Parts: sequence; structure tokens; C-alpha cells
Amino acid sequence: MNFWERLYLPAIFQGMGITFKHMFKKKETVFYPEVEREFSENWRGMHSLKRDEQGRERCTACGLCALSCPAEAITMIAAERQKGEENLYREEKYAAVYEINMLRCIFCGLCEEACPKEAIYLDGPIVPSDYLRKDFIYGKDKLVEEPLKS
Amino acid sequence: MSEEIAKVKVTIDGITVEVEPGTSILNAARQIGGDIVPPAMCYYSKLEGSGGKCRTCLVKVSKGSEKDPRPMPKLVASCRTTVMDGMEVENITSPEVIEARKGIVEMLLINHPLDCPVCDQAGECDLQNLAYEHGAEKTRYEFERRTFDRIDIGDKVQLHMNRCILCYRCTYVADQITDNRVHGILGRGDASEISTYIEKAIDNDFSGNVIDVCPVGALTDKTFRFKNRVWFTKPVDAHRNCPTCSGKVTLWYKGEEVLRVTARKDQFGEVEEFICNTCRYDTKKTNDWIIEGPTHIDHTSVISSNHYEMAKPLPVIQKDQLLIEANKVEFDRATKI
Repeated sequence: MNFWERLYLPAIFQGMGITFKHMFKKKETVFYPEVEREFSENWRGMHSLKRDEQGRERCTACGLCALSCPAEAITMIAAERQKGEENLYREEKYAAVYEINMLRCIFCGLCEEACPKEAIYLDGPIVPSDYLRKDFIYGKDKLVEEPLKS
Repeated sequence: MSEEIAKVKVTIDGITVEVEPGTSILNAARQIGGDIVPPAMCYYSKLEGSGGKCRTCLVKVSKGSEKDPRPMPKLVASCRTTVMDGMEVENITSPEVIEARKGIVEMLLINHPLDCPVCDQAGECDLQNLAYEHGAEKTRYEFERRTFDRIDIGDKVQLHMNRCILCYRCTYVADQITDNRVHGILGRGDASEISTYIEKAIDNDFSGNVIDVCPVGALTDKTFRFKNRVWFTKPVDAHRNCPTCSGKVTLWYKGEEVLRVTARKDQFGEVEEFICNTCRYDTKKTNDWIIEGPTHIDHTSVISSNHYEMAKPLPVIQKDQLLIEANKVEFDRATKI
């Protein structure tokens, strides 16, 4: 090492120069959640339980999503459709309780693949953070799609 | 021993077995066991006269017998054809049989609503298994399927005629196990349906067995209706002192609750011993039963998911004091069951 190299100053200024140069470059960071990046087409986010063309719930509580779930995140309780509820549920059986534990879910998409009724899709946004564990157990109120507006 | 009955030799898919004369090919195959057993939807060894209706057990007889070695001209129903000495049968080794079976499955499914996601039988349904193994992926049928309304036979059994494949097993049960038969087949051909006379209730002690013998979800337990899926419940063998039946049953647990009680089934899906309605419907508390242990479930069955047959901790753990301490929870559970 010669004298200039031992001073380290040129190297320091060189480094500072690189840092300074970056201040005028385009920022790569996105300020989530104010700004959201575009998701790719095969993005798997929060689940949603779909309705059919007539606004009836498609899910028939067959349990195949829960069976296929490797993290055992899904539980459900089935109930029988009563007379007069034909406009609410498509099949004679429906899920009275349908819960997904978002802390267990690994977003693998197997439930989507297993569903014979095309009722569940992982097409939602990122699951928001929360403080309590119990708030991550999403029930039908959070999962079922908004009813159709006629 | 007054006279020795000469056993006859029969070869099924290259495996030779000696059976009593008068045995059907199906039963001879069952004595061998394994993959070469033809599937059966209507035949039931405990019910006299059953069989010959569904045609799923068709096999090819390539050599009639030792005396008459000509092959049989058509595929024969193995549940209704008795073995002859020196007979050679082809089941899964014959592409013709496989092809025919595929056709039969398609036929059986013509009027089937394919509502497995709703059906309570799904997971232990013979037709589901059969179609999975032998059937085509898609139906070619484009016409309207025949539909019926649901019928309540009594307050415990529900009949979904849509799903029925007309195997007649339930009518044989009603005929042979119970006295005062109250239901049968009405109509003929495409229009035939299982029915009771003016939906008369079945109130015999053994009437609940029609649920167990039904190979599809046509006759289902109303007390279990939509309670849970079969593969989420855990089957456990249990028995009780029952004055009317043997009392040997399978309890289907979900958590600590008994969701339903069925008779024990053997490897061919047949009931080992018929049970009475008191055992089936009225005793659904753990206290009513003496539990023997988890039921053996075939690993290919969907029910075997998360099913553990070993409640006991491994012997290596039982010896080591440290390991006993560490596995205290498992020991407690094992003694509870």
C-alpha cells in the first residue's frame, strides 16, 4: 500500500459518490400499503368463497378443501338447506360455518384445486396483519363474496 | 366322515385354488384375495339370492372345465357362475373384462346424479371406488337423468332414489333379516324404484341394516345426515351387551362425540354381523360401549387420512423411564382408549 491508499480518503469519497449517485435514480421501493405492486396472474392471496350467477353460495361443504389442506387450516360445519333458502345456497347442503386459520394457511392453492364446485379461489389481496391470534381465523363473514347487486 | 367331498380346482388369473364344489367364481376369487377379486355391487354373501344384477363382476372363462375345455361364449357374472373342475378364469388379465367393466360402470352412472360432494356416503361408497378404478373420466350421456323426490322411510332412514343402482340388496335385507317386509321394487326397467307401500314406516329391529348394505348413498342414516364427512370421523371398534344382536359395531368419532354407529365391515365391504336399531340409533354415548381399539382401515381409503391405529406408544418408549416421562400425554391417551 502506498501513501494515498493508506489515507483511505479516495476510497471513502468514491463510495460516497456511488451513494450520492443513487439519490437521483428511480426508487425501487413501494410504500405498501398506500401503494400496491401489481400481482402476477398466478398470485395466491386471501381466499374468497364464490357465488354463482344467481348470487347463491357455491360451497356445499363437501370437505375436500379441508382434506387436501396440508396445513389443516380449514374447518367447516355443514347444514341442510331449508325451504325458502334456495336463493341463498346452490345445493341442498351448505357450509354453516367455514373457517380458515390464516396463520396455518401456507397459500399452496390445493383447496382451490380440490374444490369440485369452483367455490374457493385464492384471488384476494395479501392477508392483513393483526394483533391477536383469534383474529386470524377467518369466518364466512370475511371469506364469502359480496352478494350480487341487482 | 361319511364321504369325502372332492374339492375342485380352479385357476383365476393364473392362481390355482381348491374350493368346495358349488362355490361361485367370485367366492373362489375371494378365497385367493388381492387384486384378482372381481368387484361386486349387488352380490352380498350374507344375503341369499343376491347377485347377478349389476354385472360388475363379469369375468372371462377361458376354459370351461377339465372335461369340456371349451371357453364360455360370453363373459359371465362370477357371482352366479359356479366353478367346475379345471376351470380357468381371467379377470384382470383379460382386456376384454376390463373394457366390459368400464362399460358397466358407465351404465351404472347413467342415471346417477354424481352429487358426491353432497352425499353422505362419499368416502365409503362402493360405486365411487368402482368408478374411480374402472370408470371413464367423463360421461357421454347427454339426456336428462331420472329424478325422484327424497323419501323418508321411517324417521331414521332416508331414501335418495336418484342415487340408487337397483342392486336389490336392501329388499333382500328386508326379506331375510326382518320380518314383515314393507318395501320392495315398484315399476320395471328404467321406471323401477325402491319404495314402500304408501311410504309405510319401517319399524323392525333390524331395518337399519339397509343403510349398511346399500352400496351407494341411496339409503342413508338420517341421524347422520350432513353431520360430517366420513373421512373426518375416526372409526373405533366397540361392543356392548345387546339382547337382540351381537352388539359388535364400529363407532365413528368426531372429537369425543359419536356421530354414528355402523356394523363392522370386512375387506369386501360387507357387514360382518347385522346390528339392531337400538345399537345403531339409540346408544350414541361412549359410556354405552366397551371400546376395543381403532378399526383397521385400508391405506388406500380416504378414511385412513390422519387415522392412527397405534394408540399404544412404541415398546421402546415403554422401557425407558426418561421416555415414559416425555411421552406422558401419549400414555394417558392410550389408557383412555
